[in-house]
Amino acid sequence: MNGRHFKGTTQVTKIIFRAQRIKICAWILGIVLVTLAVAYSYPNVYQDDVSKKGFAITMQNPAMVAMLGPGYDEADYFVTVGTQFAHEMLLFTIIAVAVMSILLVGSSTRTDEETGRIEVVRSLPVGRLSYLAASLIVVAIANFLITLFCSIGLYLLNIDGITLQSALLYGGILGVGGLFFGIITALFAQVSPTSRGTTGLSFGVLVVAYLVRAFGDVTSETIAFASPLGWLVRTDVFINNNWWPILLTTLFSVIISFFAFYLNSIRDIDAGFLPSMKGKTHASKFLMTVFGLAFRLQKVKMLSWGVGIFALSASFGAVLGDLETYFSEMEFLQLFFNEQSKVSMTDNFISLLMAIMSLIVAIPVTMTILKLKSEETHNRTENFFSRVISRNHVLSSYTLLAVLESIYLQFLLAIGLWVASSVSLQVAMKSSFIYLPALWLMISLSVMLYGAVPKIMNLIWIYVAFCFIVIYLSEMLNFPLWLRNVSAFESIPNLPAAGMSWSAIIVEFILTIAFSLIGFVSYNRRDLKG
Amino acid sequence: MNVVDVNELTKKFGKFVALDRINLCIKEGEIYGFIGPNGAGKSTTIRVLLGMLRPTSGEAKIFGKDVWKNAVDIHKQIAYVPGDANLWPNLTGGEVIDIFLKMRGSGSQSKRNELIERFKLDPSKKCKEYSKGNRQKIALISAFASDAQMFILDEPTSGLDPLMERIFQECVLEAKEQGKSVLLSSHILSEVEKLCEKISIIREGKIIETGTLTQMRHLTRTNLTVQTKKPIESLALKGVFNLVKQNNDLTFQVDSEEIDGVIRYISDYGILKLESVPPTLEDLFMRHYEGVDGNSTGGESQ
Repeated sequence: MNGRHFKGTTQVTKIIFRAQRIKICAWILGIVLVTLAVAYSYPNVYQDDVSKKGFAITMQNPAMVAMLGPGYDEADYFVTVGTQFAHEMLLFTIIAVAVMSILLVGSSTRTDEETGRIEVVRSLPVGRLSYLAASLIVVAIANFLITLFCSIGLYLLNIDGITLQSALLYGGILGVGGLFFGIITALFAQVSPTSRGTTGLSFGVLVVAYLVRAFGDVTSETIAFASPLGWLVRTDVFINNNWWPILLTTLFSVIISFFAFYLNSIRDIDAGFLPSMKGKTHASKFLMTVFGLAFRLQKVKMLSWGVGIFALSASFGAVLGDLETYFSEMEFLQLFFNEQSKVSMTDNFISLLMAIMSLIVAIPVTMTILKLKSEETHNRTENFFSRVISRNHVLSSYTLLAVLESIYLQFLLAIGLWVASSVSLQVAMKSSFIYLPALWLMISLSVMLYGAVPKIMNLIWIYVAFCFIVIYLSEMLNFPLWLRNVSAFESIPNLPAAGMSWSAIIVEFILTIAFSLIGFVSYNRRDLKG
Repeated sequence: MNVVDVNELTKKFGKFVALDRINLCIKEGEIYGFIGPNGAGKSTTIRVLLGMLRPTSGEAKIFGKDVWKNAVDIHKQIAYVPGDANLWPNLTGGEVIDIFLKMRGSGSQSKRNELIERFKLDPSKKCKEYSKGNRQKIALISAFASDAQMFILDEPTSGLDPLMERIFQECVLEAKEQGKSVLLSSHILSEVEKLCEKISIIREGKIIETGTLTQMRHLTRTNLTVQTKKPIESLALKGVFNLVKQNNDLTFQVDSEEIDGVIRYISDYGILKLESVPPTLEDLFMRHYEGVDGNSTGGESQ
């Protein structure tokens, strides 16, 4: 590797930055705003010592540790609200930044290569490694800006106990963590021959890193050290401010990026290191249907999400037993939390878990409808519509696939919880399937957007993000009830913690049918791009 | 009966008029050429015919049925080949051909295998591994393996090598022999000249010329090269263009209807040599590409 290979990196960086600027701005804005809004509202949440103790004990229970990381010693929660904020926000913000980085690097490496853009750029007098270098520079800049804005913002909020150094550390964790996963993606972009494989493998690493950390945080620290997320949640930020996890992650990032550059320099364009095999010369009966084809195109995605959902749910199921013992030993907590003493902490936790997991399920389910839009922009739906296939046939096939996918994923979610815990199958199924109406509402919203105004279809992700914010932060941010109920997931009865109620479900059903109808009717009336 | 009947068809995208009162009429068993510069509206017309774009006004019918309302019904008898076959990257060529045949609802396996053989396609490769020409073959094979009555071909040979282009032309002629109709939009004018009986030229959303090649030739100029005993001093006649003097040869173009007068005039100088070349489609087309006004008269000889 010498300097020639990087010739032209500056210009390529500008091109990539220009191509991705809207995405980058949206991500940075979203992450920074949520971080600062939550930090701003924290000092007013747990004000007296009793509630701080309550918070400390809740957060230290095994289920919460598995979900959010090890946190702090109980005394630390009294020192500064920064600790409460960090324990609740840090890990999930790192994950959000990691998702951003994976998507950015994925689309500016393998996707650009697949679509032939890299070929065009490489035919110009630029070095062989310039595109990869530029893509990493862009993701580094995005992560640096997140670090910068979050650090300065946190510092300027003037919260007791958040010093400049600790604010910088907090922002630094986010940036370094995000960059690490961006570089992992750059590595997979060399190994896998497709863009979907690249992002898929990178998300796989993220999920495994999360699970290893969760398992390690609950059982033994040594195991947690096998995961970069395990390092990053051990900075003791706002208390001891350890910088070694930042250095360690940076060191690994540098090593992995060298490896990615090396692989990039020895491979052919459009090639990966995984071999491609000969395929079938005939299509199966199932593949020859629109539904079968739609399924085939999404099979890998559905399988990997299934594995991920099952693994997450089983992991949380595994700590449920510990949770019950933990709480039964804490009389104080029983008094503090169980206003309705009939409801056990376990039930509360199951309800929360199911709500969050169902919202995660909404992501692949929405992607299934979005796939149809991508088929249209790639001029592949004309393959249907120039033949004896109606628009209703195509749209209903995709809708049906999304509905079946939602049932399949909610089923795996319930099974995961059931096999790993003492929760009965019936309770697991009920508390999981109760979210189907919300998922179907999500599907019908996507169908409506696709049918009526496909141009703005990506706005559905803003709605998904909003639902996450409601579930996770609405208390913190003091959302009024009506705003909370805009989220389809909020009005679903929290089984098993709360009782069953049909009214919200019926409303969601009616909305689902209305949105779907609008979607189908508009789809039949509008021009098709291709 | 007319297979395709397009009447005063207009398509607007917002304020932009993509198609402006277009008329098209294709008879049974006819190969109809559709030519025009990039962005003239060829593909938009075809998309309307396929029921993918909704006409703003006017009507378009295939087999006497409205193309927007009865799209699915009409497509039972239609085979379409796009100029850029967009296929699913992870499916093999063989799988895609099967899917396409099934979705048409007709077509024979033996014809499929025969065409795969003729076009020399390896059906076991994934679509992302095919070159552009090979992807085009997949669309052609699935079209010609069907028993459609009407073929809509939108620059179907882009990316094909000359050998494959010849096989494509054979396939089109075979279809014609079976009484099928073809709408062929193409930039390869030699191909259109070879295959099509009737041609429409579209420019900026308007059809500016329609007719058989013979009729169109009649409308334009013939290339003449003459050598005379006495040198011709000037040839400022009506209908003479692009006069070039080279050695003893005089080369120029004549409007078809003025040929008689021009020949009479020249013969007075004692003709030694007279060569006449009919205008190629390219000549016709170039005039429209370059936007020359075909009605201008006068000998602006050089």
